[in-house]
Amino acid sequence: MPERTPLLRDLPRLLFLTAAGLLMLMPYIWMAAASLKPLDEIFRASLSLWPERFFAAENYGKVFERIPVGRYLWNGVVVCGGILAFQILFAVPAGYALAKLRFRGRELVFGAVMLGLLVPPHVPALPLYVAFSQMGLLNSYTALIAPFTISVFAIFLFRQFFKSLPDDLIHAARLDGMSEMAIVWRVVLPNAWPAATAFAIFSVVAHWNDLFWPLIIANGDSHATPALGVMFFRSAEAGDDFGALMAAAVIMTAPLVIAFLLAQRRFVEGIASTGLKG
Amino acid sequence: MSDLAIAAPHRRAAGTGEAMAAWALTLPAAIAYLLMLLLPTLATAALAFTDYELGLDGFRWIGLGNFAEMLEDRGFLQSLRNTLVYVGLVTPGSIIGALLLALAIEAGTRGRTLFRAVFFLPVVSLSVAMAAAWQYLLHPTIGPLNAALRVIGIEGPAWLSSSDTVLLSLAAIGIWENLGFNLVLFLAGLTAIPRELYAAAAVDGVPSAWERFRLVTWPLLGPTTLFVLTITMIRSVRVFDTVVVLTQGGPNKASQVLLYTLYEEGFTYFRIGYSAAITLVFLGIVLASMWLQTKVLDKRVHYA
Amino acid sequence: MAGISLTSVTKSFGGNTVLHGVSLDIAAGEFVALVGPSGCGKTTLMRIVAGIEQASSGTLRIQGRDATSLRAGERDVAMVFQSYALYPHLTVAENIAVPLAMRRLNAWQRLPLLGGLMPGARATRRRIAGEVAAAAESLGLGALLDRRPAQLSGGQRQRVALARAMVRRPAAFLMDEPLSNLDASLRVQTRREIVAIHRRAGAATLYVTHDQSEALTMADRVAVMQGGRILQVAPPREIYADPADLRVATFIGSPRINLLPGEAGRDGLVRVGDRLIGLRCAARGPLTLGIRPEAFVLAAEGLPARAEAVEFLGESVLLHTRHEASGSPLVLRLPPEAAGRLPASGAALHLGFAPGAALLFDQDGARRRAEAVVAREPALV
Ligand SMILES: Nc1ncnc2c1ncn2[C@@H]1O[C@H](COP(=O)(O)OP(=O)(O)OP(=O)(O)O)[C@@H](O)[C@H]1O
Ligand SMILES: [Mg+2]
Repeated sequence: MPERTPLLRDLPRLLFLTAAGLLMLMPYIWMAAASLKPLDEIFRASLSLWPERFFAAENYGKVFERIPVGRYLWNGVVVCGGILAFQILFAVPAGYALAKLRFRGRELVFGAVMLGLLVPPHVPALPLYVAFSQMGLLNSYTALIAPFTISVFAIFLFRQFFKSLPDDLIHAARLDGMSEMAIVWRVVLPNAWPAATAFAIFSVVAHWNDLFWPLIIANGDSHATPALGVMFFRSAEAGDDFGALMAAAVIMTAPLVIAFLLAQRRFVEGIASTGLKG
Repeated sequence: MSDLAIAAPHRRAAGTGEAMAAWALTLPAAIAYLLMLLLPTLATAALAFTDYELGLDGFRWIGLGNFAEMLEDRGFLQSLRNTLVYVGLVTPGSIIGALLLALAIEAGTRGRTLFRAVFFLPVVSLSVAMAAAWQYLLHPTIGPLNAALRVIGIEGPAWLSSSDTVLLSLAAIGIWENLGFNLVLFLAGLTAIPRELYAAAAVDGVPSAWERFRLVTWPLLGPTTLFVLTITMIRSVRVFDTVVVLTQGGPNKASQVLLYTLYEEGFTYFRIGYSAAITLVFLGIVLASMWLQTKVLDKRVHYA
Repeated sequence: MAGISLTSVTKSFGGNTVLHGVSLDIAAGEFVALVGPSGCGKTTLMRIVAGIEQASSGTLRIQGRDATSLRAGERDVAMVFQSYALYPHLTVAENIAVPLAMRRLNAWQRLPLLGGLMPGARATRRRIAGEVAAAAESLGLGALLDRRPAQLSGGQRQRVALARAMVRRPAAFLMDEPLSNLDASLRVQTRREIVAIHRRAGAATLYVTHDQSEALTMADRVAVMQGGRILQVAPPREIYADPADLRVATFIGSPRINLLPGEAGRDGLVRVGDRLIGLRCAARGPLTLGIRPEAFVLAAEGLPARAEAVEFLGESVLLHTRHEASGSPLVLRLPPEAAGRLPASGAALHLGFAPGAALLFDQDGARRRAEAVVAREPALV
């Protein structure tokens, strides 16, 4: 509870933070600036941020014209949404069972979860790729979503959270005649919103930004996620057309950044509290 | 007593019902775990000892052959070295930077949310797109960084296309990416330090901010620092996106990193067996960093 | 010379004024307990004395020296915190040594390994270790010197905090509810230990508590605080028997003092309802009478009341009644032998009290003195 220090005494601290913050924002600032400039201005490499000739319409227009921006964003939504839906669907009941039910093999299941936490997603990638390619599922939503439907981290997180819910809540629901399934979705999950939103934010950010798996699975516009979209645009269309490339980068970065700016606190807390598996 | 006598049989019946329900609830997750995690991971471990290549029929068990090949493989060794250098730069860089910034933010009340948001921004930004932005920023001729250097009379290097600087540049981007995440963890750790300890330190005559940091902040931040250390190591061992977008391992393998080698071997040349062996090495490094946390350092930062 | 002397100290947080001109003198060697309801500003006052917080206005002198703008470390005061505030990563011995090390070793000598090589560091460290051992020994911590705080019981932690405070023999001791985290029996025992330490050390001591029995048993003088003001500072007996203010009278004493509406007529004679009670005072108009539960007796003549309930406390019995005329609840504290002979609930009875036992307060709560008069009608006895 430090009291508000006089502004003058606070000034060195604020200056230090502002300088560091500007340094941090450099890529964004130049990215946005370049997306407004015509190519010849960019090639002059002047240090002025504001364009002499306003070229935004051309740059952004070119992006929309050359690549199916909507398609990429939609793919991103489908993949992230699908992954999240399955993760919640699988992890919440399992987390509940591990937290509140007694059954033989619980220790074994929990041990498996802890073991799973140690394994980065890159490890099972090769056999999964082979399997999907044998099944002819490369370049499909199934292949993009399926490997991430199980999140041991989500199970772990929900288990920890459900453990802190009072047992009496569940006893009361049982006395009311609810089945265990009904308890999970109608009693436990509504009480687990903080954990669920935190996990949702974490999951969406991770998979929206993921490049490794989509790069392996998707090989055309039809199933490319935003991350792949930027890559395609860069290698195929825009070579050295930095104005248009920066415009594409702005477009693809915008959705999550805007969501972040709108719900800053939730994002920070969600990602920090679930940071375990970064 | 009579309660117990009545409750026991009842309980057993309820117990089996409970176990059935528990298994029913765990089943979907268990199946997905088996298919998407456990079996593929075991398969990776098995494939690492074969010469399997996609598109060829059949495979042979070759024992440690893949690992023996690694020791001869200049590309792999280079990527291992580069990865360790990268981790060695990004980990201390992003931890010290985040700690300094967290202390500065925590030292006052003004601008907390704003600064936190600014530093956190890279965490939620599409890394591929930001890599493209860095490519422009660091471009040798038209990039603003070298343009700025030119103003003060320095001809900047070709940051991403010279083998002398490429790894450094990637590490700088890595620090930029990880800083905000660590910062938020440090801020949470700092708020958890009881205010009364600082008051006690003041009454005990702690003479300077540095001594206060040494007596209270640093020791009480221990568990946080250890966690941040592990997380940062694990995150930076996985460097991949920036390499794919910016350098593709070049020039002349100067920025070849572990995951990129794994990717090339497995998904470009389809040498699944060899790539699986590299995966195991990668897993070993990740597990080693976790082990370092839980077994070696953990005891030194928890005071209970 | 005063140990601690506060003059017109005020403190505001933003626009919120928490202390309204507090003045308090604590003599060297004196033990003053500060009591008051939660949130009245006790901790804030103490933190200002310690130098953790700055007063908005007013002056503070410690041992005659103006300390208003000295840093905490420069004011020769030690403090025991409510949560003890022990450094969790340091052993008991290291915790106790901190205030000495911070004062006697310079920055280089304090460095972990190198420090030992600095000239003079070894000898100073040895002396410090000796003093730490002595302080720990005197509090029965001798066997625990190598433990960490997490490995100690609540009472042991509390003693480590005490040892850390006393090891440097400060001019003033500040304690903020140091016993509130202990269980009841340990609290009584530690109470005595703290008084004993105080006697030995002889430093001016300010002791914050909201347990009034702690304040009354331990302190030389008790300061009662409410809403950021000190209402009265006086020895325990006087605070209890002769409160200066209605708020002090109601805060001190358990069960609470009984309050009755009364009135002083033109003649100055005090009446409750239409009864004279044998007191004359200089004031006129409505008054509040305060009568301690033990000042009442059951009598043949007196205030008519109805019995409501009985509580047996062991060493005494509480009889809850209600005054017929005003409806005010009145509680009597009677000797335990009375337990068998108490009137049943609903029974009518009469309450007597000695005129001198009634405390008079005017409508602002200020105390009004009164003299006993021999009335024409017999006084209620
Ligand atoms: N740093 C601060 N900023 C704003 N208000 C504060 C601050 N510290 C204390 N206060 C306010 O000052 C008032 C007095 O607080 P203080 O802690 O001194 O009470 P207290 O008498 O010690 O209470 P308790 O018996 O509960 O410990 C409270 O209303 C509190 O909310
Ligand atoms: Mg307090």
